[in-house]
Amino acid sequence: MLNNRKERWHMPKPKVAFYWCASCGGCEETVVDLAEDILGVVEKVDIVFWPVAMDFKYADVRAMPDKSITASFVNGAIRSSEQEEMARLLRQKSQFLIAYGSCACTGGIPGLANQFSRKQILDFVYQGSPSTVNESGTRPQTKFQDNGRQVYLPEFRNMVRALDQVVEVDYYVPGCPPTPNITKEAVGALLAGRLPPKGSVLAPDIALCDECPRKDSKPTNVSFKEFVRPHQKILDPSLCFLAQGVVCMGPSTRKGCTAQCPSGNMPCTGCFGPTSRVKDQGAKILSSLCANVEPKDEASIDKVLEGIPDPIGTFYRYGLAKSLLRRKVNLPAS
Amino acid sequence: MSEITENNVSTGWSPRIIAFFCNWCTYTAADLAGVSRMKYASNVRIIRVMCSGRIDPQFVLEAFAKGADGVLVGGCHPNDCHYVEGNYKMLRRYRLLQRMLSDMGIEPERFRLEWISAAEGDKVKHVVNDMVEKLTKLGPLALDQKQKDWDKEVQSLEDDVHAQQQEGAVAHA
Repeated sequence: MLNNRKERWHMPKPKVAFYWCASCGGCEETVVDLAEDILGVVEKVDIVFWPVAMDFKYADVRAMPDKSITASFVNGAIRSSEQEEMARLLRQKSQFLIAYGSCACTGGIPGLANQFSRKQILDFVYQGSPSTVNESGTRPQTKFQDNGRQVYLPEFRNMVRALDQVVEVDYYVPGCPPTPNITKEAVGALLAGRLPPKGSVLAPDIALCDECPRKDSKPTNVSFKEFVRPHQKILDPSLCFLAQGVVCMGPSTRKGCTAQCPSGNMPCTGCFGPTSRVKDQGAKILSSLCANVEPKDEASIDKVLEGIPDPIGTFYRYGLAKSLLRRKVNLPAS
Repeated sequence: MSEITENNVSTGWSPRIIAFFCNWCTYTAADLAGVSRMKYASNVRIIRVMCSGRIDPQFVLEAFAKGADGVLVGGCHPNDCHYVEGNYKMLRRYRLLQRMLSDMGIEPERFRLEWISAAEGDKVKHVVNDMVEKLTKLGPLALDQKQKDWDKEVQSLEDDVHAQQQEGAVAHA
């Protein structure tokens, strides 16, 4: 064992790749957010592919031997044929494929597009939206001729998927974006070979309330007379959000972010996803919140629940693609 | 709608309903319907739970995701819950869950909550028959099959990439 470990130091540095799919770029930002700690990481690894920051071509990755990249960190949801193809390619070339950030882990904000068909989305973006001027009715094409050359564009898929709905994933680093502390921990664990079982989420497996500074003010019996959204009320910075009638996803969300949103006087929106015992984060928080609504007759219950006008957007803000239903059920399959 | 019904008759499809019945009232009522030799549609698969308040919305979503055409929940009448409050918890969850399900394209008729006491064997019969009739009109939900269909596009790329590798050409180079 010891010999092996010594040998490792003479081996070439582990190769690391970063890639982005359907994402906003925030996850890439987090890598930079490691600040001076990133120098320690860069010293220990060779970055072989990172389109957002360095000039590599897809062909460079294709030329690498299979499994030659130690770890690929892929952020963003999978929404186009190009992203699917890159997910497959990086899977083939990497020993460990890591779903980095909410979108790769559970579909993220792009996953909310699973409430609409491809046609509805393209109609809105290329025609319907108030800021669009498209008199010629141009629509994206997967191939066209330009100066006698055939040009290909990726195909826009019917639905948004999490990374593990396309390829096998070894580890998950959740968060929108993942916080520097868990990123550092994940990279450290990989480099040191301290690896949990395959398929683990590299964050603590307990609800956010556990590390929330407002935990002590959480009432034993929560009872909702109304639900208000954060912009409708001046929020008490020290009292549990649930006690203030504000939807907080904390009880059904994994901890690990050091409760940054509650510390900034905003309720948790659920970006770390559920703990391992929960299959469907949205259903779980719905269960918990509704059970604690105060009235007992239908009309008054409905009145309280009117305070949650968009249950899907509230409960599945980051997880619709990985929820049990995955997608609005009456949309066309193609 | 009648066309769908006729089609269903010709394909032999009939709805599959998952029913969650509470131990103290509705399950006992279903038992009573049985010992009273009442006949009702055989489309329902009953799962006994201790209380309607025990029914996690995840159970309902999972039933739909795995191919149920409808989910029926039966609990004690208001004020009759063996655990005092459980049926109210179910009622509140039901109100929001049904709204959320229709936002996801699942018709409200597919998810039903009924209060059925231990003495109401005939209500079990009536509710099950009525739900089967409504779901037969609606047609199959078949979400398990739909999810497989959605994933055909993932497989199609796999095949595509494979074909390109055979030819030695690659897109997005």
